[in-house]
Amino acid sequence: MDLNPSEEQQLLVETFGALYAKESSPEHVRAAEPSGHDHGLWGRLCHNGVLEMAVDEESGGWGASLLDLALVAEQHGRYVGSAPLLESQVAIRLLAGVGTSEARSAVAAALSGEFLTTLALHPPRDGVLALVPAGAVADTVLFVDGSRLWATPAGEGRRAVANLGSLPVADLPVGEDAQLLAEGPEVGEWFERARDEWLVLAANALAGIGSRSVEIGVEYVKERHAFGVPIGSFQAVAHGLADAATRVDGGRLLAREAAWAADEDPDRFPELAALACAFNAEAAREASYRSLHYHGGYGFMLEYDIQLYFRRAKAWPAQFAEPAILYARAEAYRLSGRAE
Amino acid sequence: MDFRLGERVETFRQEVRSFLERALTDDVREEMERTGVHHSWSFHRSLVEHGWLAPGWPEELGGQGLDPLETLAFMEEFHRAGAPTYAVSTTLMVAGIVRHLGTDEQKQLVIPPALRGEKIMVLGFTEPESGSDVATAQTRAVRDGDQWIVNGQKMFTTNAQEADYVFMLTRTNPDVGKHQGLTTFLVPLRQPGVEIQPVYTLSGERTNLTFYSDVRVDDSLRIGEVDRGWDVMQLELTLERAGDHGGEPIRLLAAMEEWAESTVDHTGRARADDPDVRTRLGRAAAENEVISLLCRRSAWIHASGGVPAVEGSMSKLFASEALTRQSADFVDLLGSDGIRSYRDPTAPAAGMAEYDFRIALGTTTYGGTSEIQRNIIAQRGLGLPRVR
Repeated sequence: MDLNPSEEQQLLVETFGALYAKESSPEHVRAAEPSGHDHGLWGRLCHNGVLEMAVDEESGGWGASLLDLALVAEQHGRYVGSAPLLESQVAIRLLAGVGTSEARSAVAAALSGEFLTTLALHPPRDGVLALVPAGAVADTVLFVDGSRLWATPAGEGRRAVANLGSLPVADLPVGEDAQLLAEGPEVGEWFERARDEWLVLAANALAGIGSRSVEIGVEYVKERHAFGVPIGSFQAVAHGLADAATRVDGGRLLAREAAWAADEDPDRFPELAALACAFNAEAAREASYRSLHYHGGYGFMLEYDIQLYFRRAKAWPAQFAEPAILYARAEAYRLSGRAE
Repeated sequence: MDFRLGERVETFRQEVRSFLERALTDDVREEMERTGVHHSWSFHRSLVEHGWLAPGWPEELGGQGLDPLETLAFMEEFHRAGAPTYAVSTTLMVAGIVRHLGTDEQKQLVIPPALRGEKIMVLGFTEPESGSDVATAQTRAVRDGDQWIVNGQKMFTTNAQEADYVFMLTRTNPDVGKHQGLTTFLVPLRQPGVEIQPVYTLSGERTNLTFYSDVRVDDSLRIGEVDRGWDVMQLELTLERAGDHGGEPIRLLAAMEEWAESTVDHTGRARADDPDVRTRLGRAAAENEVISLLCRRSAWIHASGGVPAVEGSMSKLFASEALTRQSADFVDLLGSDGIRSYRDPTAPAAGMAEYDFRIALGTTTYGGTSEIQRNIIAQRGLGLPRVR
């Protein structure tokens, strides 16, 4: 057992941590609202190879592990980055696995930065892809309908949706111009794999939101005085933060374990991915809620940073599903032979 | 990063499992059930024969020299099997304190017979008027030449009826601050003036209230310096919290999953196919994974030469609160049948939900209540001011 990131991973965390600290300060995050997309940040992230690291050498990338991507996702969450990191990484990995010449050129187009490519996390319903992550800013949306994988240009007809997390999501009607990329029984497996990967990256991003939320709360309750003492000396406040910190600590271990399992314990990967996302969604929600509440009335003001975390802690995982659905998804893998 | 405990640990785990299948007989379980005494001399002796009473201790002292991760795997298996380990753990805790702080004479007196399985030792900190605020202990020890005379009462002296010594926190100086006038002793229990009164608990387990009237203890059985007992307690409390806390919830979930797969609802649908059942089992599965990770993190920190003080509190807090939540939820999930007792053969899921619903409220208290753990996490982990 070794819970420390390797030296290379530590360097990765420091590099991206510094990038986010500079390019995704609370001022940047606010400035990118309400669209939720910061061109400057996304440009810096691409320049630093977030897409290349997601695919292997054969596809023109570096072939980082999912755990490496997860460590970057945690930094993304700590700084609530306004950039389509998770979905574009997952989409390009899905494309890279297809292997046809159309898919290969789509990978190349995505890597060049020319076509921002994302993945719809759910199949279309009544001809509409609902709340596509990064759907409001993407050029291409991948989606799966039964045994078919499609790529559709995301321009005409899309409707950006104002939302809780200031996310660049959109409802997208599927048009005639969708291109069939692959068809066959393997498409369903690829899609589930891509969804599991999104869940793991979201879990790690949520661990980042949770940790930073605890820190913001701790800083505040040490400074703020009431009844002549710092409010952090009241058990009602201190214990809420202790519980939140414990859940966040445990959640981060679970999120990292799930990412590690992608390569090292593949049988458990789908189960751990869903467990990790559900648990971290609840942990981040608790941490951001308590932290906001301990700010008293100030927490309710947009001027304080904690509200940026509070809204995203709920909205980010909701793009996939509520925690109850994710727990059920994980349990289906545990109960023998019952996974859909 | 590597989340495996390692091949060596897993091989050893298999060995522990097959040992438990042999040694933890129906007779041993039945006796525990019937008497409420979670100690079995026959099981205790089979541990000794196997060299497994103190696997984490160095070989020259009678242990196996296992590292903290191997020791954790060992404890995980014992807890998952529901083996009687409480007397073993209090005995080793006290032996560990003697090993670190005792005189050579005390080590000779206590450690070899404890590791040979001939003597067990129990804890005597809590009193009727002091639980979480353990430093307010009122049991008096007054010097009388080479001896001390002890008067007072201790609560939750579990296994005192089987034990040779109680490791006791006493007040030796009432005129100084509460943390300054404490001294710890190994008080021999088999002597006049010691009265052991059984106390039965919600878990079905028997513990004791112990009374001490003019009980004599030699000064040679004093552990640590006079009036410096609080320093000794710090070591004890850290030892008590870092460890495995995952056995019970993992056992409970396994029973519930088996129930879900083998039971149908009134429409004939398997309970395992009900999304609500899956959600509730899945939530517990996530909590259990987190419990394992938090406990393993403490062992890993320990193995890497650190002291997992805050981490141990986190694992103990999270595990005991999760067991409390899960067991109540699972009694509900089982419907009216959820109230059928652990002792009744008709109970669903082997009665585990009903059993854990009762024992969970012990786990949030012993070794420091959840509130004490939160104080430690807030102050030492988060750097918050002293809380009140």
